[in-house]
Amino acid sequence: MISLSERPAGANSNLFLETPFDRKKRRTQSVAKGLFLLMTLLMVIPLILIIVYLFYKAFPVLSLDFLFTNPTNGMRAGGIWAAFLGTIYLVMISLLVSAPIGVLAAVYLNEYAKENWLTRIINLAVVNLAGVPSIVHALFGVGAFVLFAGMGRSILAASLTLAIMTLPVIIAATKEALGAVPMAFREACWNVGATRWQTIRRIVLPNSISGILTGIILQVSRAAGETAPIMFTGAVFYKAISEGDVFAYGLFDQCMALSMHLFTISTQVPGVPEALPYGTAVVLLGTVLVVNTFSIVLRIYLRLRKKW
Amino acid sequence: MINRQRLETFAEPFIEWMIRLCGISAIIFVFGIFFFVFREGADFFFHKLDLVEFFTSPEWYPTSVSHKRYGVLALIAGTASVTLLAMAIAVPFGLGAAIFVSEFCSPKLKEAFKIIIELLAAIPSVVWGFIGLTIMNELIIDLFKAPIGLTVLNGGIILALMSVPIIVSIGEDALKAVPDSYREAAEALGATRWQVVYRVLLPAAKNGLLAAVLLGVARAIGETMAVLMATGHAVKIPHSLLDSVRTLTATIAAELGEAPVHSEHYQVLFLIGVLLFSITFVVNLTADLIVKGIRQE
Amino acid sequence: MAHLGKKIEISNLKVTYGQKVAINRISLDVYENEILAIIGPAQSGKTTLLKVINRTIEFTPGAKVEGKVKVDGENVMDVKSVYQLRRKIGMVFPLPVGLPLSIYENVAFAPRTAGVHQRDHLDEIVERCLRQAALWDEVKDRLDNLGTKLSGGQQQRLTIARALSHNPEILCLDEFSIAVDPVTTMRIEDVLKDLRSDMTIILVTNLVQQARRLADRTAFLLNGELIEIDSNEVIFSRSPANKMTYDYVMGNFG
Repeated sequence: MISLSERPAGANSNLFLETPFDRKKRRTQSVAKGLFLLMTLLMVIPLILIIVYLFYKAFPVLSLDFLFTNPTNGMRAGGIWAAFLGTIYLVMISLLVSAPIGVLAAVYLNEYAKENWLTRIINLAVVNLAGVPSIVHALFGVGAFVLFAGMGRSILAASLTLAIMTLPVIIAATKEALGAVPMAFREACWNVGATRWQTIRRIVLPNSISGILTGIILQVSRAAGETAPIMFTGAVFYKAISEGDVFAYGLFDQCMALSMHLFTISTQVPGVPEALPYGTAVVLLGTVLVVNTFSIVLRIYLRLRKKW
Repeated sequence: MINRQRLETFAEPFIEWMIRLCGISAIIFVFGIFFFVFREGADFFFHKLDLVEFFTSPEWYPTSVSHKRYGVLALIAGTASVTLLAMAIAVPFGLGAAIFVSEFCSPKLKEAFKIIIELLAAIPSVVWGFIGLTIMNELIIDLFKAPIGLTVLNGGIILALMSVPIIVSIGEDALKAVPDSYREAAEALGATRWQVVYRVLLPAAKNGLLAAVLLGVARAIGETMAVLMATGHAVKIPHSLLDSVRTLTATIAAELGEAPVHSEHYQVLFLIGVLLFSITFVVNLTADLIVKGIRQE
Repeated sequence: MAHLGKKIEISNLKVTYGQKVAINRISLDVYENEILAIIGPAQSGKTTLLKVINRTIEFTPGAKVEGKVKVDGENVMDVKSVYQLRRKIGMVFPLPVGLPLSIYENVAFAPRTAGVHQRDHLDEIVERCLRQAALWDEVKDRLDNLGTKLSGGQQQRLTIARALSHNPEILCLDEFSIAVDPVTTMRIEDVLKDLRSDMTIILVTNLVQQARRLADRTAFLLNGELIEIDSNEVIFSRSPANKMTYDYVMGNFG
């Protein structure tokens, strides 16, 4: 601080001049800002490089044929149709189970539950369910669905395992979406004699749909990418199905899956030409990124169409 | 018209009953997971398990014909080493990015970064494992002249990249939760942005940031496919970053397929699952309590 | 007024929110087809009183109600359907709330939940209620527009239309003019004057002069207690039964 005696004469505005102390503060600030920017970039740039490299290596095999033809020659050639279809089955069936349960559970938590110990425990359970390691989900799937429920290793068992895994995030996303609907709307409905469920069905749920959809779509990509939960519950090394037949798999069949296939041909099969696993990785990554981008776009679009 | 009304009045209690059932489903599933996983290993647990040997012996030879040993110390060391390395990288970078995105960023850039972080989080673990197996592997062999690239270093870097999104997003939430009045008060006193962060925001958000780190740790401990593919197959306690290791998770994934159903080996693998479940349960619970602690302030 | 039936009878009502006593042993009656004004400063229990009558107090966690409230001679806790009870009573709250539906659907909401689905029946209800609420002329050409995009004054009239859409016998208004411009307030006051022949009206207001203008009787609540209730001639005279009433009406406090 400049002391009063050192102030140059006749210039009150000198109080606003930068002092050496201020300059040092500014420098520290710039350094810090630059450092953090550098850190952020250091994560983003290698990632972009990696993705570009993956595409580059996968280029020889990327084509529509790759998607729609089956693996041949002990999976050392051909496409990934069986795995692609299997992933679609697994994702759809698992979401068919987890979406309704998840949404209704969130409805309970946000619209019906009172502030008591039971509610606290439920919330705790949701948080913990979200943190269960994927391999433990696999063990659970084996113990509960494959063995105890007698489903054997099947699409059904694997899908149910994936459903339990995707449940907590759907609950959390739905709860947030429901919570964003103002209380005043509900009170207005109750005061004209609507029941709780009528209010939820006609006002609350329709106005939370964007958040709910976002949560569900994000779990689509999660379910498509997971390997461990399906490895022992229904996904299999290799399975021959007819190309182009969308109904090739049955509920109690085992199936191939993109994530499992990537693991298999990159670690379990010798002599696979390089482009093949890169191609599989790119398809899987591409699917996930497309689905996630779609959900982001949907979120922005629905935000613009807000009704209040 | 009247029928529709009657239908609604009948259906409603049923619907509400369904809603309540779904509400408690989360509790049912958490218990269910513990129950069914433990059940498969229960026999070994009650009759044959030597807890001391289990936790302190690095000798994991479940398939030995003559002398089966089930010590998981090496596996725990594997998990710990990879996790520690991952956190050593991810925490500073993640928190740095969180601070940058939250405090120093223009709104447009912020939106772009958040989208990138979201996409980063969406990358499946098997793809990360593949990256470790191929790109990272070659990089490490080239850079360090190492015999193999599937090592603690490989797994640690991959795990770090996987954990960063969680640390960034929850860390950013924690910083956002600090009331603007703190920032305004500090700036009114003449503090620069950086000083506001360093002296006011970080201390105020420290609980949330700690929770972010804990959740990152839980994620790293529980990760399976990426470490399975990136850290190699050696079941031994690592002495350097360039050693291969096996984590608890990878062990289960690698060996469950070959262990005969209900054999001892099979049961022990399930018990390792119980161990993993318990560890992540405790870490998640702690993080949750820390966050709740903030809300009560 | 004394020879008309009692629409609402409240005896010994006590309402607590946890430790806080919101209403402390109030007894009063509301006669059919009268306009009863309830005046008093903030935190006197006026809003709580309304919530007890239509049982929406039950949505407030921690609220406890003791005493008896009867509507048409029947205890509100004993009615067959609480939803039917709520439809008997129209509620208008201080902040206008347009539901995120079209204007048409805002007014059709209550009839739909009550089981009315025929289009022409709903059309008739919507037009009638919007006319009664003095909103029809302004919105009749844009019934499909979102209710939330109307101005504050229009939304408050929409709220009134919604409150009328289920044919209430009792209409309760809780400080309806707080968030609304004076012109709209005047229009709504005219609406109330028209409605009184069809229903019983309870008008909670912080505008003492509004009570004087519109009501037959006025009740003065202070800190959860009923200080005085009487015809307007008495309440607004030089010598009401209680001096505090005089002080409040004169603006000496509150």
